[in-house]
Amino acid sequence: MRRAVGAILRKDLAIELRTRESVPAMVLFSVTVFVLFHFGLGRDSLDGDLAAGVLWVTLLLATVLGVNRLFASERDQGGIDGILLAPIDRTAVFVAKAAVLLLYLAVVELVAVPAFGLLLLGPSLLDALPELLAVVALADIGLAVVGALVAGIASETSARDLLVPLLLLPLLVPVAIGAANASEPLFRELSSAEDLGKWLGLLALYDGVFALVGFGVFDYLLED
Amino acid sequence: MYSKGLRPLAAASVVSLAAALALVFFYAPNDADQGFIQKIFYLHVPLAIVSLCGFIAGGVMAIGYLRSRDGSWDMRSYVAIHLSLVLAVGVLVTGAIWAKGSWGHWWVWDEPTLVSFLIVFLLYCCYQPLRFSIEDPERQARYAAVFAIVAGAFVPLNFAAVRLAQAFSHPRVLTTTGGNMPGEMRLAFYVSLAAMALLFVTLWKLELASKHAKLELKRLRRRLEADLEAEGAAPAVAAPGPSTAAVPAQPMGG
Repeated sequence: MRRAVGAILRKDLAIELRTRESVPAMVLFSVTVFVLFHFGLGRDSLDGDLAAGVLWVTLLLATVLGVNRLFASERDQGGIDGILLAPIDRTAVFVAKAAVLLLYLAVVELVAVPAFGLLLLGPSLLDALPELLAVVALADIGLAVVGALVAGIASETSARDLLVPLLLLPLLVPVAIGAANASEPLFRELSSAEDLGKWLGLLALYDGVFALVGFGVFDYLLED
Repeated sequence: MYSKGLRPLAAASVVSLAAALALVFFYAPNDADQGFIQKIFYLHVPLAIVSLCGFIAGGVMAIGYLRSRDGSWDMRSYVAIHLSLVLAVGVLVTGAIWAKGSWGHWWVWDEPTLVSFLIVFLLYCCYQPLRFSIEDPERQARYAAVFAIVAGAFVPLNFAAVRLAQAFSHPRVLTTTGGNMPGEMRLAFYVSLAAMALLFVTLWKLELASKHAKLELKRLRRRLEADLEAEGAAPAVAAPGPSTAAVPAQPMGG
């Protein structure tokens, strides 16, 4: 299992390093959406709930792009046949894809969150950083797990580009609730951590439930 | 096989629906706070409970399908989710009417149950597009089952999350458990709930019976065509019989 996960992970990262398809697109998309929010809201700097909402909605939408491309190499170039022929546990595909998405998200946030701090956020990002890291980490696990699951469900359908956002975004509402509410007090003028435990608990519960569901059902998606 | 017991079930749901309506309008008192508009509660809340239970039951039946690979479980899960989606439209409409009547707005974001319900509704709206964008029937059933399980796990989690987000904003005038209702109201509510559940089961069985009959008809028709082709028979006129008469205007043979 561990070797299979490692192999798929290495393969996907090698493809991404050579083609540079997903991550740069997600980064560019996030920065573009920040610019759109600047004009859409007509505000030069945001704080509090508005800042938290803009950041998390943008990251959720950027996730959609990554999820759409997650099975692209398997689908377009028949890589899935190779994986299915290999005598490995199919759950390894789920774990590897979730890990790939998690890495993508981490890289995207490495650029997008500082960009958000420079472009839109009024209060300093540095004050909020330690708590924000915990929120981002837990939210990313949720995004990666559910993203991998949805990518698997939609990969064999004829309308997958349409189905991925339609399936993914409602499923991610609890992540949006947890992450935005946890970040809201961090982004105030006087950064403070309020109810942080409650929201981190919600995110952790979400991650746990969908990781278990993914472990339970993902191999049914890859039977033929 | 699905139509067994359908008739008494249908009769029971008609009787209980009539009883529920009678209780709601002639027995239960008007709410002191909200007046007559509160009566929509006896429709709205049972619809919501039954529809959510239907979604979750669809997920459980999907587990049944993945374990047994029996297509009839897939059909059960599909029909349950499909019907729940129809009821869910009713929930959103009655919820909006109630909100307009008692708070003056068609939609209130600080009513967590209604908001969670909207999210669940949006998610399940994708069930049919997902299902019918897969051509292979076996794969269709499998993917739909995985979706039904994921979404079924999502339903309670989503309710918890939305409730958490609004824990301090809105006092709950009417708890859905009926904790602070007077006895007459509670009786009317429980009868309405039972009537709605019976209606759901009746419709579910009816839809299953109809789907099953349709499949059976298709199978018989195909077999008939194959038989006729095997005999090298001329069009249906050449071989009149009770069975061929049931196939109107079907081009046969080469």
